[in-house]
Amino acid sequence: MASNICTPENLVYKKTALMTDNVLHYCPGCGHGTIHRTLMEVVDEMGLQEKTIGIAPVGCSVFAYNYMNVDMQEAAHGRAPALATAVKRLMPEKFVFTYQGDGDLAAIGTAETIHACNRGENILMIFVNNAIYGMTGGQMAPTTLEDMKTATSPYGRDVNKVGWPLRITEMIAQLNGVRNVSRHSVHTAAAVRTLKKAIKKGIEDQMANKGGLTFIEVMSNCNSGWKMKPTDANKWMVENVFEYFKPGDIKVDGQLVR
Amino acid sequence: MAKIKGEIVVDKERCKGCEVCTTACPTKTIGMSKEVNGKGYHFAMMISDTCIGCASCAMICPDGVITVYKAKIEE
Amino acid sequence: MEELRLMKGNEAIAEAAIRAGCDGYFGYPITPQSEVMEYLMKERPENRTGMVVLQAESELAAINMVYGGACCGKRVMTSSSSPGFSLKQEGISYMAGAELPCLILNVVRGGPGLGTIQPAQSDYFQSTKGGGHGDYRLIVLAPSSVQEMADFVALGFDLAFKYRMPSLILSDGVIGQMMEKVVLPEQRPRFTEAEIRKNTPWATVGKTPDREHNIITSLDMDAASQERHVLHLQEKYNAVEQNEVRFEEIQCEDADYIFVAYGSCARICQKAVDLARAKGIKVGLLRPITLFPFPTKEIARLAEKAKGFLSVEMSLGQMVEDVRLAVNGKTKVEFYGRVGGIIPNPDEVVNALETKLL
Repeated sequence: MASNICTPENLVYKKTALMTDNVLHYCPGCGHGTIHRTLMEVVDEMGLQEKTIGIAPVGCSVFAYNYMNVDMQEAAHGRAPALATAVKRLMPEKFVFTYQGDGDLAAIGTAETIHACNRGENILMIFVNNAIYGMTGGQMAPTTLEDMKTATSPYGRDVNKVGWPLRITEMIAQLNGVRNVSRHSVHTAAAVRTLKKAIKKGIEDQMANKGGLTFIEVMSNCNSGWKMKPTDANKWMVENVFEYFKPGDIKVDGQLVR
Repeated sequence: MAKIKGEIVVDKERCKGCEVCTTACPTKTIGMSKEVNGKGYHFAMMISDTCIGCASCAMICPDGVITVYKAKIEE
Repeated sequence: MEELRLMKGNEAIAEAAIRAGCDGYFGYPITPQSEVMEYLMKERPENRTGMVVLQAESELAAINMVYGGACCGKRVMTSSSSPGFSLKQEGISYMAGAELPCLILNVVRGGPGLGTIQPAQSDYFQSTKGGGHGDYRLIVLAPSSVQEMADFVALGFDLAFKYRMPSLILSDGVIGQMMEKVVLPEQRPRFTEAEIRKNTPWATVGKTPDREHNIITSLDMDAASQERHVLHLQEKYNAVEQNEVRFEEIQCEDADYIFVAYGSCARICQKAVDLARAKGIKVGLLRPITLFPFPTKEIARLAEKAKGFLSVEMSLGQMVEDVRLAVNGKTKVEFYGRVGGIIPNPDEVVNALETKLL
């Protein structure tokens, strides 16, 4: 179907070269691929490939290092902020980021997350929240919504027994060490553009040594775990998840805006 | 007068048929193929010539399989 | 330049780390080794060499900071004592799997559990047989003096980089806390980024156009290739056993009986050798300096003519198993140990020799 307009001078959008050609292992419609690519687009546009060190988590995005064409380290479950802390302190001139899911960042790695944020490590933390443990087969996450059914909450999350979905992003925004905090999604092009801007600001602030950590939460569907079609899962996310995990800026340049 | 014409190229063997691109397209240009690719997925494709080259589909494609072109066509 | 000082073992380690060109120390306080980080914080090595010192929020975080730094080809270290060392096993296992060099100090205290803050040698199994999950080993150096605490820092780093695996200095509360004179080594420069890129091309210091992106991971989901990887690690450990055995022999030439002891117990046994010889018993001391690799061949050689071995430890009998394996039934192997923070004295060691072996 390609016609004569498909020529380099007419190119509007192409997958960035900072994404490798490996086929993503993610389920169809999962947000991880879009989030990976958006991050790499910014790194590419800012010409930072040679200065970038990324830390991958344990969880669905454990293989993030196979897709992002930058030097990467694979952390133990929850420990990415500890690795990133050392990398940035040992090489302050580099761009350092972590990429973590809700189990990694908000359950097993809560201490590492909070203390890296509280120390004001000059790093970017990307937190992908899909309200479930995808990799292990759809178990309850710290961010699983009330009454939401998962493999380990088959009758729905009973908040009186297992507590409430954790808004760790709002908690982190309270810490003096954190400069920028925002919550995003990637289910529309507009949302991706907003995310991209936030990532760019986080990286710019880091490279300019503005002081303080940039924390970016991205809500994603987990259509497999939620047992829905990808398009339905995105719709369900807007209708159900956003009410509890509200998208938008929470802290900008050290000032709470919500 | 000049008209904006867009076009997408889908790497159909890498498309996983998730359909999220179809929800992003403002002109309903994208649909899913009747046939399947090597992995058994119905892949995304242009189903009309209404593409405006906005790249919304490509931006939210989780697998980065969509390349977008745009040109001004004199009519 | 070299310098003579009177120092605690824990302080000597800290000063030696700065002088060894260490890039970063990440730790969490625990008795009886807190002086390591206290010394570093007071000394401000960032002003001397640019070395980073950070107090982490936990031992888990500290060892994973070491993991992150090691991924970058940096000389990084941590220190702890037994309960904290247990917490660090996760990160150590990952570093063994990902083939990363680093230096770890364990100033052992009595256990299990919180145990006591007094000295012990009861982490021998954990240190020499792996410690965390999976098939792996550490290079284990056992200092028996403050001088060796200092000397084993540079040695530990060099061995760690030579074999791309963690080195452990297995000390104890005696050596960590006691003061002795120590000759401190000359200052060695830290690695430059150019050196890191050249000497450790696997390091994650930023992808350049001339190479693929570097990935440091301990994950390989393919069984066949994971098996290949673990066998590769095994080959490395075999090479370490071939090349890096270190030990000291004291009066073993004419000895009928051999004490085997490391660390502070070796110091006690040195005195016990003199006491026994004064009684007319010909005793020698074999002091393993590396616990992995263990001086198996040397013990087997001594077993050809010795009438018996006595393994002396501040444990319920851990190293004695390796002594038995080395002696392989050729002669008697007995054990004497004290635990819970009790330090055996030379008289009781001689007494144990007399009652168990004579």
